[in-house]
Amino acid sequence: MADKITIIVHSGDMDKIYSALIVANGALAMGMEASLFFTFWGLQRLKKGALERGPLSKMNLLGLGRWMVKRRMKKAKVASLEKLLKDFKELGGKVMACDMTMEIMGIKPEDLRQDLIDEYCAVGAYMQEARESAVTLFI
Amino acid sequence: METIKVDVRYEACPVPLIETRKALRKASPGDVVEVIGTHPASKKEIPMAVEALKLELLGVEDEGPVWKITIRR
Repeated sequence: MADKITIIVHSGDMDKIYSALIVANGALAMGMEASLFFTFWGLQRLKKGALERGPLSKMNLLGLGRWMVKRRMKKAKVASLEKLLKDFKELGGKVMACDMTMEIMGIKPEDLRQDLIDEYCAVGAYMQEARESAVTLFI
Repeated sequence: METIKVDVRYEACPVPLIETRKALRKASPGDVVEVIGTHPASKKEIPMAVEALKLELLGVEDEGPVWKITIRR
């Protein structure tokens, strides 16, 4: 089993995107390989200008909860999702985009941040990554 | 042989770990990476990463809330 983590990023919620990116960056920092497979609501966050726009998974309160959490995060000096995704790529992480989601939701490649995406693929490519991963998560 | 300094004082999880890893990737074999930070958990986790990466931990020092970790690539 390779020293690798593969995460399905299904949720587009801000807090869950944080979980995925923090865990994935932690893995890269500890010398593992990491792949993120963005699908459904998660893939929405790879649209241009959408990464920081996700709601909170709980107590979003029409954006008020999200605003408060963002403010507390800033105070606690938590890195932005933009920084975490940039670091993920810089440390050699792989970003995969689910092409079925693109078809269902009418997302064109030019709607997405193509500079960040390594592969447009489906379940087969995900399984190839997952079968050689010591850790797999669904977020 | 070079010494690369990384200042992650007042940065929170997972930035100290990420910045350490970035510096280690850029360093050449034999170079020393010196990380200064304040995040308490990172003081334990950076040495864990150094071990996982099979690099040499030269030292962990404490000065009040500030710690300094020295690593040889």
